[in-house]
Amino acid sequence: MSHNPNSIRTPLARVRGLGAAKSGTGHFWLQRLTAVANIPLTFAMVVIVLMLAKLDYAGARALVANPLVGILLIAFLVSAFVHMRLGMQVIIEDYVHEEGRKIALILLNTFFAVLMGLASIYAILRIGLGG
Amino acid sequence: MPRTSPAQRPLSPHLQIYKPTITMVMSILHRVTGAALFFGTLLVVALLVALAAGKDAYGTVQAIYGSWIGKLVLFGYTWALFHHMLGGLRHLIWDTGAMFGREARMKLGWATIIGSVGLTALVWAMVLMR
Repeated sequence: MSHNPNSIRTPLARVRGLGAAKSGTGHFWLQRLTAVANIPLTFAMVVIVLMLAKLDYAGARALVANPLVGILLIAFLVSAFVHMRLGMQVIIEDYVHEEGRKIALILLNTFFAVLMGLASIYAILRIGLGG
Repeated sequence: MPRTSPAQRPLSPHLQIYKPTITMVMSILHRVTGAALFFGTLLVVALLVALAAGKDAYGTVQAIYGSWIGKLVLFGYTWALFHHMLGGLRHLIWDTGAMFGREARMKLGWATIIGSVGLTALVWAMVLMR
């Protein structure tokens, strides 16, 4: 790419090459990555929940305490919450046009996804590690 | 001087103007199910948190999920989950540049809805026939 000597763009901005879009393909890529991961992990989650439905309290705790089950559940939750956060961000950006409200909702969206993810992962670890 | 009275021209057409097509309905359902799953996944969080909290909390959540309204919500969550999954699979196929033709995209649309209803029925058959 030829460089215009009269350009007022900083060398850093030119190297980043993002222009007015401000960001690159990070959102798109992470959205697709978690989409692919969600397919097998969702099937795993559905099977685990179906198994939980047939167990009593002690049996349910023993199932979640199983390392394979716990890790699959944590993997599902991480992938799903990252994917949910990205998806809801796009919905907010599509329908909320007032800048202040938009930024506030995007922040809330992230806080919500992180809190829900942490709460569920903490619960699984507590069961698995015998708390 | 520019004309200041409102221009007498048709407004831009919206949803009610168009005859629904399978691709359009699937597109809308993909976003609706995605938004529903954002909140629906709280059902999984509540189950796990209650399981960690103790027997009483878990019993309460089980009673709610076992009630008819709880089952109805879980049924909806199951369908949204599978519908959004198959709709996403369709988008992943499109990401490769394949199946954009008229016939192919119609087939994909129908496969999405038939597949999601089928998978939901399969899961709930397992739930109800225990």
